[in-house]
Amino acid sequence: MRCDLKKKSSFLKSLRTGLLIAISIIVFAYAFQVTGVNFETTRSEVRITQLTRVLRALAKPELVEYDTTEEEISTPFYLPCPDNGEIQEPEKNKNEAYIQTSVVCASPKETITVEGFNMPANIKGPINFLAASGVKRQLANFETNSEGYFIVDVVVPTRQPVAEAQYITATIRTTTGLPKWTGTAKATWEKIIETVFIALLATTIGTVASFPISFIAAKNLMKDSTSTPTSTALNIIGFPIGAYLGYIFSNWIMNLLYPFEKNVFITLIGLIFSGIVIYFSLKKGLPSEDIKKPTTSVKIQRFAFIFIAGVMAVLSIILFGEFARLAGKELENLLGPIGFIGYALFQIGDITLMIVPVLTAVSFGGVVISLFNNVGLSLQDNLNTNILKVINIVLSTIAGAILFALVMAVINWFYQFNDTKISLYYPVMIGGFAGFILAAIAKPKHPLPTGFIVYTITRTILNALRSIEPLVMAIIAVIWVGIGPFAGSLALALHTIAGLAKLYSEQVESIDEGPLEAIHATGANKLQTIVYAVIPQIIPPYISFTMYRWDINVRMSTIIGFVGGGGIGFLLQQNINLLSYRAASVQMLAIAVVVASMDYVSSKIRERIV
Amino acid sequence: MLEIKNLTKVYEGNVQALDNVSFNVQPGEFLAVIGLSGSGKSTLLRCINRLVEPTNGEIIWDGVDVTKADPDELRRIRRQIGMIFQNFNLVDRSKVLTNVLAGRLGYTNPAMSLVNRFSKNDVEMAYKQLDRVGIRDQANKRADELSGGQQQRVSIARAMMQNPKIILADEPVASLDPVLAHSIMQYLEKINKEDGVTIICSLHFLDLVHRYANRAIALNAGVLMFDGAPKEIDDIKFKEIYGKEAERVG
Repeated sequence: MRCDLKKKSSFLKSLRTGLLIAISIIVFAYAFQVTGVNFETTRSEVRITQLTRVLRALAKPELVEYDTTEEEISTPFYLPCPDNGEIQEPEKNKNEAYIQTSVVCASPKETITVEGFNMPANIKGPINFLAASGVKRQLANFETNSEGYFIVDVVVPTRQPVAEAQYITATIRTTTGLPKWTGTAKATWEKIIETVFIALLATTIGTVASFPISFIAAKNLMKDSTSTPTSTALNIIGFPIGAYLGYIFSNWIMNLLYPFEKNVFITLIGLIFSGIVIYFSLKKGLPSEDIKKPTTSVKIQRFAFIFIAGVMAVLSIILFGEFARLAGKELENLLGPIGFIGYALFQIGDITLMIVPVLTAVSFGGVVISLFNNVGLSLQDNLNTNILKVINIVLSTIAGAILFALVMAVINWFYQFNDTKISLYYPVMIGGFAGFILAAIAKPKHPLPTGFIVYTITRTILNALRSIEPLVMAIIAVIWVGIGPFAGSLALALHTIAGLAKLYSEQVESIDEGPLEAIHATGANKLQTIVYAVIPQIIPPYISFTMYRWDINVRMSTIIGFVGGGGIGFLLQQNINLLSYRAASVQMLAIAVVVASMDYVSSKIRERIV
Repeated sequence: MLEIKNLTKVYEGNVQALDNVSFNVQPGEFLAVIGLSGSGKSTLLRCINRLVEPTNGEIIWDGVDVTKADPDELRRIRRQIGMIFQNFNLVDRSKVLTNVLAGRLGYTNPAMSLVNRFSKNDVEMAYKQLDRVGIRDQANKRADELSGGQQQRVSIARAMMQNPKIILADEPVASLDPVLAHSIMQYLEKINKEDGVTIICSLHFLDLVHRYANRAIALNAGVLMFDGAPKEIDDIKFKEIYGKEAERVG
C-alpha cells in the first residue's frame, strides 16, 4: 500500500514536471511570435551593409577637425580633339607632383586613364574636370600609394565643344595646424554640462524633500503613534480650518507689506528687525530648561511668545523673498560675468514667495491640530464614557463630512461634475454617516492607529509616484514650464523624491532600536529621539543612497531630452533622426564618459563614508 | 517612593509577561530583580518608565500614577529615572560626549537641543560625569571605538546626567566579563551610597546579588516569587525561583 502511494506520487510528480516544461515551451514559443524574433532579415546584404556603415560611423565620433589647404595639380585637356589634330604635349616638371592623362584629347564619354606622380603618399582626393566656363565637375576619386603614385580610369564628360584647352585637375588636400574641436563636440560639451547640472539639481531637491518624508514613511517610527477618537476627529476638523486661516493670514500680511517692498534697504531692515524679534521671543517662549512643571499662566505666556515668533517668522519669510528678488535683480546687473548668482537669488526669492501661503496654511493647520489635540486629551480625561461617546459621535460626524467633502472637491476638480448634489451634498451626507457609524461602534477611549494610517497613505502615494516613468513626468513638466532643462529637473526631482524616500525610510526601519529606547527613557520627546538616536544611525546610508541616486539621475537626464526636458538627449535624438551617426557617436561617448566617471566617483565617496 | 500595585502586562498574542506583581521600593535601596530569562524582569523595569505600556495596575511614583500620566507629565517623570541596558544602547556613530549629553534631553528645551545646543552647565556636567567613571579622556571619541566596559560606563554617565532619583539597570553586566562586571557594579554601588540614588537592577548571578544588593525580588513566569533580603534565598527558595532542575553555580 505504502509502496503504491509512493509510486503514484512519484508518477504525479513527473507528470507535473512534464506539464511545467510543456507550458514553458508554449510560453516561450508565443514570446517569439509576439516579439517578432526573425534573424532571416539580418542575413540580407542590404541590412549588413547598412549595419556596417552605421557601426563604422559610430566608431568614428566626429570629435576633431583640421584646417586644410588645397593644391590643384592640373593638366590641359582638349574636348573634343581639335580638327587640325595638332596638340602640343604639355611640359611637365618631373621633379614636382604632376598628373598625366593617357591621351591629351578625347570625345565625350570616352574612358581615359589619369596617372599621378610624385604626389604625397597615402592621400585621397577628387579628380575634377575644369571646364572653360570655370565650372568644376568631379570625375572620380584617387588614392595614392606609398610612393605617391596613382592611376584611375575616368569617363570624359559631355560638354559643349571648345577649341582651347580645358583642364583635368587632381586636388591635394593637406591638413595644417593643430586639431580643432568640431561644432558637434562643442555643442555636446555644452549639453553634457547641462545634463550633469539637471541631475545635480534634481538630486538636491529630491534629497531635501525626501529626508522628512522618509520618517513619515518608516513603519517603526509611526506604528506607535496613536490618537484617541476625540482628538482624531478634532484634528480632521481643525486642520482645514487652520489651513484656511493661515492662507488668509499670509495674504493679509503680504498685502500689508506690499507698499514697503519696493526698496532693498527697507526690506533688509525689516528682515533684520523681525529676526531680532523672533530671537528674543523664542528665548522667552522656549526657556533652555524647565526644572519644575510650568503653571498655566507661564504656559499661556510662553504660547503667546511663540505665537509672536511664528507671526514674525511668516513676516520675515515674505521679507526675505522680496529682498532676495530685489537684491538678485540688482546683483545680476552688478556682478557682470558672475551675474548668475543674482539670477539664482532672484529665483530663490520668487520660489519663497510662491510657497509662503502653502507654508503658512500648513503651519497654521499644525498649530490648530496641536491645540485641538490637547483639548481632545483633556476631554477624554475629564469626561465620563457616556458623555464622551456623545461628543465623539457629533465630532466624528462633522469630521467625516468635512473629509469626504474635501476629497470630493479634489475629484470634482478633475472630472467637473457641475452638480452641487454630487460634489457637495452626497459626500457630506455619506461622510457624516460614516463618521457617525464609526464613532458609534468604536470604544470612546480606545486609541486609533493614526500613525499607521499616515504611514500607509504616504507609502501608497510614493509607490504610485515611483511607478510613473520620469519620461512621462517630463512630458507633463514640459507642458507646465515649457521645453528646456528646468522641465527635466522638475520631472527628475519628483521621481527622485519618490525613489529616495522609499530607500531612506527602509533604512530608518532597519536601525538599531536600542539607542531609540535609551533616548526615550531619558525623557526626550519624539523629535529629539529622531535627532539623537535615528539620524546618527542613518547618515552614512543616506549619503550612499544619495550618491547612487545622482548616478541614476545623470543616466536618466541623458534621455530626458528626448521629450524636451533639456540636456544631451535632445542633441542625440536630433542626430539619430538626421542619420548623422558620427555626430550621435560624440554624444554617446560623452554620456559614457560622464556615467563611468560618476560611477567611479560615487563608489569612491561611498567607500570613504560607510 | 515607588509603589507597584497589581502590575500586569499581557503582550499581543496573549503572552503573559507580568502577573499581578506588587512591591514597594524605599529611597536609597539597592534592589536586585532575579529570575530566569523570559521571567519578566525586563518588562517589569520597562513598565516603570512606560517604555512598555502596562496592561493593568498602578505605578505610583512620588504620589503620581505613572500609568495615567499625559505625555508632558511622562517626560517629566522619565527624566528622573535613569536607565542602563545590557547592550549599552549608545548611539555608536556619535561622540561619547554627545551620548552623555543626551541624558539631559528631558530637561533641555526641545527646540534648542534639536540643533545640538546644550548649555555650558550641561557640558561641564557631562565632563564631570565622565570624570567620575574614569573616561574623561575618551570624550571626543566615537562611542563604538570604546570597549564594552567603557561603553557601559558611558551609559552610566548618561543616566547620571538626568540627576536621577532612581536608576533602572536591565542586566547591566550580562555582556561583560566577571572582572568588568564587578567594576561596573562598583560604580552603581558608589552612586547608590554616595548620591543616595535608588537602584533597581536585574541580575543573573546570585553572587553579585549577595555582594551588592540589600534586597531582592524574584520573578518566575511573571509572578512575584520572593521579596526579601538576598541572604534569605536558601536552597528551597532557589528551586522555587529557578525551577526544580536548576543547580546553583555561584
